[in-house]
Amino acid sequence: MTEVKAKVIKSNTVILHTASLFLLPLQLLFSMFLLLRGHDEPGGGFIAGLVAAGAFVLYLFAHGVDSTRKILRVEPHDLIGAGLLFGVISALPAIFFGQALLTAQWWSFYLVGTEVKLSTVLLFDLGVYLVVMGSILTIVMSLNEAEE
Amino acid sequence: MLFAVLSGFIVAALAPWLMGFLKDRIGWGLALLPAGLTLYFASFIPAVSGGEVVLQHWAWMPILDVHLSFMLDGLSLMFALLISFIGTFILIYAGAYLKGHEYLGRFYVIMLSFMASMLGLVLSNNLISLFVFWELTSVTSYLLIGFNHRDLDARKCALQGLFVTVAGGLALMAGLVMLGLVSGSFQISEVLVADGLLESPLITGIIICVLLGTFTKSAQFPFHFWLPNAMAAPTPVSAYLHSATMVKAGIYLMARLNPALGEHMLWTVLLCSAGGITMLLGVYLAYSATGVKKVLAYSTVMALGTLTMLIGIGTDYAMIAFASFLLGHSLYKGALFMIAGALDHETGTKDLTRMGGLRKAMPITATAALIAGLSLAGLPPLFGFIGKELMLEAVLSAEWQSSLLLVAAVLTASLGIAVAAAVAIKPFWGKVGDTPKKPHEAPVGMWLGPVVLAATSLLFGILPFLPEGWVVAAAVTSVKGQSVDFYLSLWHGINLPLILSGASLVAGAVLYALWGRTRAPLTMVNDVFSRVGPEVGYFRFMSAMTGFAAWQTRVLQNGVMGIYMIVLIMTTVVLAGYTLLSQYGLHLTLTGIGEVHFYEWAIALLMVMAAVYVIFTRSRLGAVATIGALGFSVALIFILFSAPDLGITQVLIETLTVILLVLVLFRLPGFSHYSSRFEIWRDGTVAVLFGGLMTLLMLGALDTRYFETISGFFVEASYPEAQGRNIVNVILVDFRALDTLGEIFVLAIAAMGVYSMLRLRAEVKDDRG
Amino acid sequence: MEHLMAYIIGILFGSAVYMMLRRSIVKLVIGLMILSNAANLLIFTVAGMTRGAPPLIAEGALMPEGAVADPLPQALVLTAIVIAFGVLAFAVVLIHRAYEVVGNDDLDQMKDTDT
Repeated sequence: MTEVKAKVIKSNTVILHTASLFLLPLQLLFSMFLLLRGHDEPGGGFIAGLVAAGAFVLYLFAHGVDSTRKILRVEPHDLIGAGLLFGVISALPAIFFGQALLTAQWWSFYLVGTEVKLSTVLLFDLGVYLVVMGSILTIVMSLNEAEE
Repeated sequence: MLFAVLSGFIVAALAPWLMGFLKDRIGWGLALLPAGLTLYFASFIPAVSGGEVVLQHWAWMPILDVHLSFMLDGLSLMFALLISFIGTFILIYAGAYLKGHEYLGRFYVIMLSFMASMLGLVLSNNLISLFVFWELTSVTSYLLIGFNHRDLDARKCALQGLFVTVAGGLALMAGLVMLGLVSGSFQISEVLVADGLLESPLITGIIICVLLGTFTKSAQFPFHFWLPNAMAAPTPVSAYLHSATMVKAGIYLMARLNPALGEHMLWTVLLCSAGGITMLLGVYLAYSATGVKKVLAYSTVMALGTLTMLIGIGTDYAMIAFASFLLGHSLYKGALFMIAGALDHETGTKDLTRMGGLRKAMPITATAALIAGLSLAGLPPLFGFIGKELMLEAVLSAEWQSSLLLVAAVLTASLGIAVAAAVAIKPFWGKVGDTPKKPHEAPVGMWLGPVVLAATSLLFGILPFLPEGWVVAAAVTSVKGQSVDFYLSLWHGINLPLILSGASLVAGAVLYALWGRTRAPLTMVNDVFSRVGPEVGYFRFMSAMTGFAAWQTRVLQNGVMGIYMIVLIMTTVVLAGYTLLSQYGLHLTLTGIGEVHFYEWAIALLMVMAAVYVIFTRSRLGAVATIGALGFSVALIFILFSAPDLGITQVLIETLTVILLVLVLFRLPGFSHYSSRFEIWRDGTVAVLFGGLMTLLMLGALDTRYFETISGFFVEASYPEAQGRNIVNVILVDFRALDTLGEIFVLAIAAMGVYSMLRLRAEVKDDRG
Repeated sequence: MEHLMAYIIGILFGSAVYMMLRRSIVKLVIGLMILSNAANLLIFTVAGMTRGAPPLIAEGALMPEGAVADPLPQALVLTAIVIAFGVLAFAVVLIHRAYEVVGNDDLDQMKDTDT
């Protein structure tokens, strides 16, 4: 059993090893795409967060915890904290306009001729994205470390 | 006044920090606060003695009629002055007594909080905020009594005090709530003038509940036993708790409510009888005890009984006696406790039988002790004398059982004189005792308080119009509910009280002479009584309660998870199933089954097969694979039925679940078979019943519709109001964002739970090497 | 389709409860997973199932054309799926810890709070 497990945890297959290198940026890009379009098309913080987490988990299986941690640069549980912070911050602006907590605020301006819409909703979705990604990575990475 | 109350809490919070600055002078530094408060409250004397009632009000929870409002009338002012005045000297004293104690900072935090709670209690003009402060004094005094927390006895005694007072507090809360409802307001100033209170059918309940609270707090028979045990506290605490504060809280509340409830017969009877018994019992126990703190504690019980009795008697004389006795007692009891602490500190023993002839070694303490002791004995020209004369006068004026109360009062006075002599004369005069430490005069911080308090007793005795004009007259007005004409003086001419005083003095002298010889027989008698006293009841009750808790835990929490689940599920099945069948009936409908496409049939069949296969398989890998198939079938259902977001999420989660199971589940053993044939049938039945119930509930929900869904709003408002075209996402991050915020917190907590469980284990492993 | 799903979900619930009542902790986990799937499907189904009309608004339109699937249960279930995963992870790790400490996978042996 232990041998099987060891193989599963850190595969030395060349194909996976190489593929994960290329797949990671692609998957992260895709997750950002899902996050940003989520308000209009299928997607959003939850799905995008899962995709991003999946990308890192794939990398984790190919390269191990240490190099994943290196490429992630921050501790995964810090992502959770940042996400929750974004979620809470996005709730606040409404108070200054005398509205109920979490009421959405929109600001739009033109950048090089295109309309760019920013909103507390987007910030909130970003918070969801980070929490989902951070939570799953925290779980998977600490399990992996417990293994070793 | 709000700031006056809060300042105690604020300074309490700063106390440990101030410790670093002031070091050994901390007591003197912190004493500035109560000293300032004394001056602040003293500034109200002219107004209050002129008959004014100062009211201040801050709305707290207006909808519940709960306010932070304060009232300063004669009674409150007298208590507030006593609390801050005596508090000043207690803080100085504690600085010297606990010098160098490792938890001195903690001590001051609790002590100041206690003082602030006590001030809040006597100043509150709202029944609810009064109750809050009341409980705060219980909690802080618990911490004070158990201050020597390494001592098992101290902890036990503190817990006993807490249990008794908090149990009474519960009754008190019920009483206060009823009182507020009946009188239509929770503001005390309005309760006192409410009409028709005594005719209410709830009045008996109100009186009993309120008195349960005050009797426990003020250690009235049969709840008196906790108070002497509370002597486990450091002496400054005892001195404060027993002179002006904690135990007087119950007295305060009875006096406060007397104008509203005093006319009721039950009030009179309960107060007079409990007070009389407590008074007599207290003084007897004080006479028979030998530890100096015990003697003083029981004499406090005696004084509390006297005060309760006086409120119960309720005549003009009784009210004057109440206010004077209260003032006198606070002054001399504070002094005597501090002296007891000094004796303990300087001689190294608490046992009176071993002390003697300390007059030469501790002249200042001895003088203060003599004066305070004379006041306790009720001899002229001390203020205690005025209090005692008035007390006898009041008993003579009583309308209920006057003669019986008189006998008790005279007996108490006689024994009281013997007790006073035992505390104040025995240690200082006569043969030099054999003490563990060589005694010498206490430091200035430890004799200042007793000297000032004793001097005040003397001053008030010689010039009784001073306290009368300052607070006593106004306090009498508050307790009586109307103003009473009187003046205090030492000499009232030769009358019955004076003759009775003289007789008790002679009797007291005889009893003191016998003090040494009566130790052995009294100890024997007390041993017998301690086997049947109310304290035994307390211990029986406590052990019965823990016994009951252990029994019901064994029955309800047997630790077998399967049983818990079966109980929960079967309760649901029986209750929900019965309601469903009786209200709705059994309808196994199959509407729309003809419109199901063949690939949908295939998915449905796949799910059923998965659910059944999982039950019967013996292979763990097979089960996990089947669950995967089930999850992907669910994803297909989502996608086929217009839920792309759900479909994507489900697929991603299924993938991650497989990873999770690979990482953990396969490190667990394979499927084990523990169940007996009986258990299999039992669980199978439960499962079938629950599944059937869910199906019936769903069919019922599908075939009935009571109101339209709220989803129409989301669909219509999604783009115009929330600028989003993916309605599901708009609901998640905009319309119902607060829900989502809560949910990501749940997710975060789950992740942190996993993280800490695994980290903790890693650290344990490290520790073990 | 809703009515057919009602029977299937009933079977899933029954299967989940049976598995959760087993004494082997691994079976408990399996039961938990079936249970969360069944609960999600239940919420999704009772709101009514619609084919081929996702709750999306076409570009340029203010409102979807015609009836669309109810978005509210979808929003509820979406978060439920993710949270179910978090809870499952927690449960699995907890069970694994319990197994390590007790050294037995029989739930009936895990009766005491202090081991």
